[in-house]
Amino acid sequence: MNAPAYNFAYLDEQTKRMIRRAILKAIAIPGYQVPFASREMPMPYGWGTGGVQVTAAILGPDDILKVIDQGSDDTTNAVSIRKFFVKTAGVRTTTSTADATVIQTRHRIPEMALRERQTLVFQVPIPEPLRFLEPRETETRRMHALEEYGLMHVKLYEDISRHGEIATSYAYPVRVDGRYVMDPSPTPKFDNPKMNHCPALQLFGAGREKRIYAIPPYTKVKSLDFEDHPFEPYRFNGTCALCGATDSYLDEVITDDRGSRMFVCSDTDHCETRRSSPSRSSGRAGVGSVPRDGRACDPHPIPTSLHQRPHSTLPEDREG
Amino acid sequence: MGAVIAATDDDAPLLRADALAKWYGRQLGCRDVSFELYPGEVMAVVGESGSGKTTLLQLLSAQLAPSEGRVSYRMRDGVMRDLASLGEAERRFLFRTDWGYVHQDPALGLRMAVSAGANVGERLMAVGWRHYGRIRGAAQEWLDRVEIARGRIDDAPTTYSGGMRQRLQIARNLVTDPRLVFMDEPTGGLDVSVQARLLDLIRGLVAELRLAAVIVTHDLAVARLLSHRIMVMKDGAVTETGLTDQVLDDPREPYTQLLVSSILPA
Repeated sequence: MNAPAYNFAYLDEQTKRMIRRAILKAIAIPGYQVPFASREMPMPYGWGTGGVQVTAAILGPDDILKVIDQGSDDTTNAVSIRKFFVKTAGVRTTTSTADATVIQTRHRIPEMALRERQTLVFQVPIPEPLRFLEPRETETRRMHALEEYGLMHVKLYEDISRHGEIATSYAYPVRVDGRYVMDPSPTPKFDNPKMNHCPALQLFGAGREKRIYAIPPYTKVKSLDFEDHPFEPYRFNGTCALCGATDSYLDEVITDDRGSRMFVCSDTDHCETRRSSPSRSSGRAGVGSVPRDGRACDPHPIPTSLHQRPHSTLPEDREG
Repeated sequence: MGAVIAATDDDAPLLRADALAKWYGRQLGCRDVSFELYPGEVMAVVGESGSGKTTLLQLLSAQLAPSEGRVSYRMRDGVMRDLASLGEAERRFLFRTDWGYVHQDPALGLRMAVSAGANVGERLMAVGWRHYGRIRGAAQEWLDRVEIARGRIDDAPTTYSGGMRQRLQIARNLVTDPRLVFMDEPTGGLDVSVQARLLDLIRGLVAELRLAAVIVTHDLAVARLLSHRIMVMKDGAVTETGLTDQVLDDPREPYTQLLVSSILPA
């Protein structure tokens, strides 16, 4: 064996080439799931093995990496993956959306509008949007090939007939470039409009299912809906208790066992930027300011991450 | 019969089988089957288990490729086309718009996990309907026609009885206004009173919608009630064909005589 013991960003160059070929193909056919030879990674499936492989394949020494998990920079998954790339690639990391060139994400798209030359890498658990309706892989592939997407609307129909509205609140199916129906990974549907005509490149990696797909910059992404039940993004009807934002996606944080709770921005960088900027409105809402009458109660809440908040800015080079 | 319908429309066959044969390796499925089916005509295929009925039905509905011979179908534009020459997309489109396929086991023909309304609406959504209210309206109308109570539209078929499931399957197939329906033992596994009601319903719908149908059954009573013509199969080959009454009342072939005489008197 004369293989080098160390290679930049963990994967060997042959593997990276293979993944890059899959990525190029995915970009050429927006929304199409390209099979790839997913590798074993030093982390369990479900922790972002697909996203990590995509990031490893596209990362260069000059890149600045940001990793978020449910919008947050400091949860276990995000910290571990960031440490992993600091250790294996020695790249600079950041928590600032504006500074990052590569952003690996689990379940969120940052609040701040992305720009050209940024790449968003999604961790995807189940890439097939038709999977829970049609369990056979041979059949779903055929349905994609023949553009048979009536079944996707059957799911939305079921939602309306049961709940009176399209109750799918995350992993909300989209049609990319008027052709392929795609699962945007379990991001809340609040983030769906951000994918449309996004200037940044969006890559999706599913490690266990061995699929890569992509949305090239400035691609039309339309959320599926009915004419009489149009798509509506959803957010808690509340205000961030830390920064006072009324337009960001909120996490609900339970603060004691007597029903008190607070809403905070799911995107920690967005929240911190707003708090540190002097121009923001002064009215800071406190814990327990949300009425307990359930006014803002989501009938289908997205599981909130229960990490500790509020937190201070993370010294970003701490793990390097 | 409606005189308004152009005479030429009924003069041409809707479906034609030419010397169809299917071999599963050395095992014969069926062989040398030729017939023509005209619009509005119901043909029953009878015979005992293993006589090639279901193989024939799958050949006719392009789910199996024939070893020899061919199946032609007159498309809505009036052109007769060989099913083998259609692309997969065209074949699948035909299957969910112009054709219906009623399985013996409704679980195969229905999506058991989604509501009855979505089951009926699926074909409409597949052909591009995107208005919830209209899809639901059409589903409701079809549930009425197959005598399923209005209040059951949001229930999953798992909560339905066998007879209701079969009626739901029929509604799901007929919602796109097909011209040809294949039925594989549509009354199999149902008790006699439910069978009678279902047969009555199918007979009414077939007449009302002027459906052409190929019905595979081992039950001669079903054939007598529903079909105009009958085809008796044995060991993969056709032994006798003719008008239903003629074949059942005056069977010519010894096997058909045996079959007819083996009906137990009620």
